[in-house]
Amino acid sequence: MPPILTSLIVLGVIGLVAGVLLYVAAKKFHVYEDPRIGEVEELLPGANCGGCGLTGCHAFAVQAATADTLEGLNCTGVDEAGMGRIAEIVGLKAAPARKRKAVIKCSLSCDVRDPRNVYDGIRSCAVEASLYQGESDCVYGCLGCGDCVRACPFDAMSIKPGDSLPTVDLSKCVGCGKCVAACPRHLVELYDYDPARPMVWVACSNRDRGPIAMKECTVACIGCGICKKKCTHDAITITSFLAHIDSSKCVGCGECIEPCPRHSIATNQRKRTATVQAD
Amino acid sequence: MKTFHKGGIHPNPDKLTADMHTMPVAAPAVCRLMLSQAIGAPAKPVVKPGESVTAGQMVAEAGGFVSAPVHTPVSGTVKKIEPVRNPQGLWQDAIIIETAPGENPEEQRQSRTIDEVSPKEIIDIVGRAGIVGLGGATFPTRVKLSVPSGKKAEVIVINGAECEPYLTCDDRLMQENPKAIVDGTRLIMKATDCQRAVIGIEENKTLAIEAMRKAVRDIPSITVEVLVKKYPQGSEKQLIEATTGRVVPAGGLPIDAGAIVDNVATAAAVADAVLRGLPLTARIVTVTGPAVSKPGNFLVPLGTPVSTLIELAGGLPEDTGKVIGGGPMMGRAMCDLEAPTTKGLSGVLILPRGMSMRAEAGPCIRCARCVSVCPMGLEPYLLMTLGELGRWEEAKARGAANCLECGCCSYTCPASRPLLDYIRLDKMEIRKL
Amino acid sequence: MDNKLIVSLSPHIHTADTTSRTMWHVVIALIPAFIMAVVTFGLPALWVTLISLGTCLLTEWVINRFMLHRPFTLSNGSAFITGLLLAFNLPSILPWWMVIIGGVVAIGIGKMSFGGLGCNIWNPALVGRVFLLLSFPAAMTTWPTDVPSAFSAADASADAWSGATMLHQLKWAGHTVDVSEVNFLDMTIGHMNGSLGEVGGIAILIGLAYLLIMRVVTWHIPVSMLASAALFSWIFGGNPLLDIFAGGMLLGAAFMATDYVTSPMTHKGQLIYGAMIGLITMIIRRFGAYPEGVSFAILLMNSFTPLINIYCRPSVFGARERKAMERRAAQ
Repeated sequence: MPPILTSLIVLGVIGLVAGVLLYVAAKKFHVYEDPRIGEVEELLPGANCGGCGLTGCHAFAVQAATADTLEGLNCTGVDEAGMGRIAEIVGLKAAPARKRKAVIKCSLSCDVRDPRNVYDGIRSCAVEASLYQGESDCVYGCLGCGDCVRACPFDAMSIKPGDSLPTVDLSKCVGCGKCVAACPRHLVELYDYDPARPMVWVACSNRDRGPIAMKECTVACIGCGICKKKCTHDAITITSFLAHIDSSKCVGCGECIEPCPRHSIATNQRKRTATVQAD
Repeated sequence: MKTFHKGGIHPNPDKLTADMHTMPVAAPAVCRLMLSQAIGAPAKPVVKPGESVTAGQMVAEAGGFVSAPVHTPVSGTVKKIEPVRNPQGLWQDAIIIETAPGENPEEQRQSRTIDEVSPKEIIDIVGRAGIVGLGGATFPTRVKLSVPSGKKAEVIVINGAECEPYLTCDDRLMQENPKAIVDGTRLIMKATDCQRAVIGIEENKTLAIEAMRKAVRDIPSITVEVLVKKYPQGSEKQLIEATTGRVVPAGGLPIDAGAIVDNVATAAAVADAVLRGLPLTARIVTVTGPAVSKPGNFLVPLGTPVSTLIELAGGLPEDTGKVIGGGPMMGRAMCDLEAPTTKGLSGVLILPRGMSMRAEAGPCIRCARCVSVCPMGLEPYLLMTLGELGRWEEAKARGAANCLECGCCSYTCPASRPLLDYIRLDKMEIRKL
Repeated sequence: MDNKLIVSLSPHIHTADTTSRTMWHVVIALIPAFIMAVVTFGLPALWVTLISLGTCLLTEWVINRFMLHRPFTLSNGSAFITGLLLAFNLPSILPWWMVIIGGVVAIGIGKMSFGGLGCNIWNPALVGRVFLLLSFPAAMTTWPTDVPSAFSAADASADAWSGATMLHQLKWAGHTVDVSEVNFLDMTIGHMNGSLGEVGGIAILIGLAYLLIMRVVTWHIPVSMLASAALFSWIFGGNPLLDIFAGGMLLGAAFMATDYVTSPMTHKGQLIYGAMIGLITMIIRRFGAYPEGVSFAILLMNSFTPLINIYCRPSVFGARERKAMERRAAQ
């Protein structure tokens, strides 16, 4: 037998045996999975952000394929059209869902909050917050180490060079809430978002009494209540010297922005017109 | 000479104030008493603004099982109950008392002997006197002395190691008041039904060793153990191993190894409370630092601002970079010097600017020094990397939760890597898992 | 305001020891061996060392500057050590351009390609040496002929052996050389042929003693490596003393195997690592094709270091007691 034939036969037999084994294994250990799960998963962002309240995108796809209704099941990472396609795949009707985006309730920057000490350690808000008040006297404000930036699976948060407050890129933010959990000072809130109406929020979380808050930061909310009086939709509440705007009631009229003596109210539609004044 | 076996470092002791007598500090004009001075729930105020109080009166009661009451060191009038900044600048509720002039805060209330009190009474008095671990941990002593059922205290370890550089408050107490420490030790033994006690002191405190040896000469159940100078000897688990050879199980409490550890200052406070009826209203604080002009040990009424202590020590030196509450290894940096003194403040260390900034961290050269100095047998270099990468589950599996935050790893790292910062982050995130 | 207080987490004090201090201690420890090299081999030894040093420093600078865009880190001295150690592993008469290739490979591939200091898997100097040994086997095993030999064989074949190391002589002679002909005193003070740094046994031991006294290294790796080499040399029928002093065994034990970056983290792991280097070296020397095997042994064990780190973790304080307590609770 020529050597070439021997090798052909040997290789052929090995191939055949291996093929049969693979076939048997594939049949024996086959697990049936609803093909729709895979199709739904294709449409999901795959960031496993947990914004839907489930452990990850696969869990969401399984839930969507097995659920009787899509009520309360909504991926924050896909738009309405995407949810529509998912609904088509699983043969259900898409339920309308609130779109939410993150807003940061602080206005920290070096010109409004005097640093009183120097923090010398790792850039981690969690560690800094566990240690002490932070570099300025406001114990409620942003520490600027970027835990939220690192937590964001959609790259929607960034701290620009020379700035110490993170900014949210609303076109990327899906409102999953990772940053809400990451911020040790609880400065991030998910706001109802409608492209047609501006978001207006109190960019401050200082709960100190007015005189103290004024010393700590030049744009700290002191809970004076002027915004509450101006609001025609009853969206503003004041608790412990701090105003808060309820985004489900706010219509984005912006009537509260100008009158605020502390310039603490921010909006995504225009730059804050008032200039920050030194006290 | 005995010591613990795993890890440890030998920082320069720098005990500048070891020969300086403890000086009593006059009561402050306004005394601000923090409601949370112990680990656990904050105390609940039992006085109202406008009420007048006398020195030694309880002004706030324990707010839970793990909590300790607070007593006023001064007589005067309660002005307000409002948040004040603690040394870390965080707001905490405090009772603010305006001191009435001409009052003597330290006075003997009553006189008892050790034989007169029952174990239950001792624990009760210790609880009511607001005594907490004065080594810095501020764990309520009443809870520590209440041995859980099924456990037995076989040995009481009294901590006179004071392994932190610079601090000398325990050293001074042992030299000046060994009798109170021994009485307190005997009371603790009685309260926990324990027949043996060891007082562990590091070798460099020769005068304290002499004084304590003299004080226990006639008491065979208490021995003084001289220990090798090594940090962190004063850590609970390490001290138990050093003095008795017992090893506390990982994640366990000293009582799991049949031991109870109390600081010498805690023991003295127990004696004061039980035998003389004095609640805990003052403590010894070492105010020191390389550039401090008049460093010293001060007997400070609680609620005195830290800045007053610094003034007594000659004021803040020109080039101060850092003020630390406690020792340089485990103390916490302060940012608000107007904050009042609390039960847990063992020292105020003032470091010059040149010693305050950390060196820039370099790459890990895997020299394994952090591994060899870790007294808990962890791998700090690995835990730091896991912390940087956010892999908390792995950090947990590698025992990060066992870290006692002694700082040996960061101290010894030749690349000045912030190992302990990241291990703290690990521990915080592990708690959230 | 520059009187602001600084706030950071504890500890607030730091040992005076730094990476660069450690590295310069190693450089100081290498000086005696360097002096011996110059005494034994003359000026060529100096040239090889200078070329190797220059190449290593320049390579590190170029890569940091133009490829990684990082500041140059000469001050930590690690490139300096690599340059010295590479030179110590080369014959004094190696052509200058081969030394340059060795230096570029050692720093460029051996160290910087992994990310620089602390990231490399293998000892950079040995990577350079082994690269040269495999690429230029003849040049790498050609030694000067005018060096006195500790091998005082008075027979006619002695001439043929000039320009060979002790280990070559042993290998060629089929390990049956009468070791009584070896003058051990000569051997320990450098009267033998070989690479630059490996000839002065006493000088290397002085350097090792310095490292041990300055607590730069611990005894675990050198002692376990030399002990295991001696043991297996004896088991394989060789002369332990000859095997330790001839060739690169001492140089490897003192300076190469103890390299922080590529050696295990725990003392237990270091003992295993050292012992395995000793064993592998002796296997190569006795049964392999090469007369010398220290560099291969160290590189092999470098590769095993991560595995050793996993299996030789330090035990957590009280872990055993915890298990005992849990067992009691379960009963």
